[in-house]
Amino acid sequence: MSATTATKSTTTSFASALNTAMSDAMENDPSVVVFGEDVGTLGGVFRITDGLTKRFGENRCFDTPLAESGIAGTAVGMAINGMRPVIEMQFDAFAYPSLEQIFSHIAKMANRTRGNVRLPIVIRIPYGGGVGGVEHHCDSSEAYYAHTPGLKVFTPATVADAYLMLREAIDSEDPVVFFEPKKLYWSKEAEDLSELRAEYESGTSSRRIGAEANAQIVREGTDVSIISYGPSVSTALKAAEATAEDGISAEVLDLRSIVPFDDAALQATVEKTGRAVVVAEAQGFASVASEITARIQERCFHSLSSPVLRVTGFDIPYPAPKLEEHHLPDVDRILDTLDELQWED
Amino acid sequence: MTESTTPPPSPEIQAGSEDVTVPMGASTPEPGHQKAEQASRILEASRSFGITPEQYMLPAQQQIRMLDPEGNLISESEQGTGPGHEYPIPEDDVLLKAYEGLVAGRRINDQNYALVRQGRLAVYPSSHGQEACQVGAALGLGTQDWMFPTYRDTVSVITRGVDPLEVMVSFRGDWHCGYNPHDYKVSAMSTPLTTQLLHAVGVAHAAKLRGEDTVVLAMCGDGATSEGDFHEALNFAAVFEVPVVFFVQNNGYAISVPLSSQSAAPSLAHKAIGYGMAGEQVDGNDMVAVLATLRRAVHLARENSTPLLLEATTYRMQAHTNADDDTRYRDSEEVEQWKRKDPLKRMRTFLTNKGLLDEATEERISAKAEEIAASLRQAMTTEPKGDPLELFEHVYAEPTAQLHEQRDQLADELTRAEEGGHA
Repeated sequence: MSATTATKSTTTSFASALNTAMSDAMENDPSVVVFGEDVGTLGGVFRITDGLTKRFGENRCFDTPLAESGIAGTAVGMAINGMRPVIEMQFDAFAYPSLEQIFSHIAKMANRTRGNVRLPIVIRIPYGGGVGGVEHHCDSSEAYYAHTPGLKVFTPATVADAYLMLREAIDSEDPVVFFEPKKLYWSKEAEDLSELRAEYESGTSSRRIGAEANAQIVREGTDVSIISYGPSVSTALKAAEATAEDGISAEVLDLRSIVPFDDAALQATVEKTGRAVVVAEAQGFASVASEITARIQERCFHSLSSPVLRVTGFDIPYPAPKLEEHHLPDVDRILDTLDELQWED
Repeated sequence: MTESTTPPPSPEIQAGSEDVTVPMGASTPEPGHQKAEQASRILEASRSFGITPEQYMLPAQQQIRMLDPEGNLISESEQGTGPGHEYPIPEDDVLLKAYEGLVAGRRINDQNYALVRQGRLAVYPSSHGQEACQVGAALGLGTQDWMFPTYRDTVSVITRGVDPLEVMVSFRGDWHCGYNPHDYKVSAMSTPLTTQLLHAVGVAHAAKLRGEDTVVLAMCGDGATSEGDFHEALNFAAVFEVPVVFFVQNNGYAISVPLSSQSAAPSLAHKAIGYGMAGEQVDGNDMVAVLATLRRAVHLARENSTPLLLEATTYRMQAHTNADDDTRYRDSEEVEQWKRKDPLKRMRTFLTNKGLLDEATEERISAKAEEIAASLRQAMTTEPKGDPLELFEHVYAEPTAQLHEQRDQLADELTRAEEGGHA
């Protein structure tokens, strides 16, 4: 994807990048503990925690009773008492029983106690569709969390970010909801984990999310900005490639972090191109895509040559597997939308 | 794993010994159903008392009570105690300290109630009538232990040592929590019901993983036992074998809804056995019994690294809060009946009979309580002006760019208001 990847001889999967990020964090810091449903002996239903119990013991990576509020709620207590819990919600929609703990305590504790009690918790959530999952296994639930002050919301779209951003999330003093696009779990890229480890541990990575968010341009262009995150970034890139054949040069921005949000990067790309399309899998009404669109309008109005358009899921419950292709934003729907951007002037 | 200091099973133990050899089915697990290490802990504990695991986990036949409604010590055979349910009466100095706490607690409740009526306090959920539970909760813990209180547990929190003025910050409406939980090992008083029980379990779990000696007291009310987190907390605590004492103050009502509409269980303490832990019921208006049961529960939790559930039966003498009208759901006769079982009067009678309370001591104790009340009144006369810009300070360790912008906006509004620019 980027120029640097071409030089790498090793390929790494998204799943192993996440796994290594956790084991490196556990190696470096004895207060890091991993727990959730089936994360121990089994290594998680997606095998993201594979081998952690064997390597670090049952005190560091363990199975809990099957209760998501219990997982999130005990993580609060663990964090109060000096640990850095990394908890796994098995699937996006299975996290809903934990929402009271997340919204009322994890998000608010630091503020409630004037910064005296910070909760460095990472809530890992496999999310999104495109994997033929049945009902309750494919939700894009990021808006609920992004709407809740006190939570950070990260979602990596590349193997490098899977490693770097999870390391950063675990080291964050704030709670981070870490959305893992499950359709990317088995994707591989030319990345070397030892190089990523060195980059992260140097403390000088230019890819740190930090407080400013640090969205990345993943394809440069001049005519239109396609703004995306998580599972939709690869679709946006494919659309950009396709539209180049029609002579339209699309720039693609990967937000990486929804909270904090990189307004500066958003503004820079839209001011440069004058047109914007926002792409996200989640249903569009009152969504992260709505928020991005509003921010463009507030900040870039005078640079815009056409209305800002969105390509999102429909406002329906996530469809059954055989119908999901009609729901998910795809390259054709993005191209259709790009066509509507008043190119004739 | 924490080493148990309970005595090893002894063949000499008589009571219920026949049953002890055939426990619970946990000793002969089905293939694929092994585990139940906690069952063996319960088994060990019950054996050490010479009773069956069921006899150990189920509450005693009657709630534990040392004082009659007038405050006279009742005979040991009528206290409800028995093998595995032994509750020795605490030492004199502990009893006296508890009385001191009761007097101060009552004074705090009544002072704050008055401050609300005068409009000087935004809200105060009073624990008038529940002071024995409030004081017992704090005195049962060691300094290394943690307490997880609810919004009605102000007296517990103050008895634990938190500065009363810091506690009142939230009721005055200045900020959500006015003290640093780490300074006192007292969490922020929880408003969402029973959510804090899971936090308590997590604190105990972290301590156990590091091999620290920490017992956690998790407090909730009767209505809260209907919440899902109550179940999850007890289950997690039992499965992970962590030393948490779940302390339920059953004051009869969840705002207006009586216990009979919350639960069909024989008692709330009976719920314990379903999780594989011991449960006990205590007369929550009997300071001596509350102290005895809580101290033993904390001791057993510490020694065996197991959770326990203690239900104290008590009564909320005042309305839920100032916004509530309790005459709509309970009659004054019921309230009068409970008035006769007042924990403060009972303890005073008991200590006087015991020769521990003379006039001089009583005066000293009242003066101390008056001091706290005066400091509360004093705090309410000053109107601390909070800094509105602090609103953005603690949301994240480092404010986001968006919060910086919003902070600047508010700062600008404040400046213009000060200059009179905003009419």
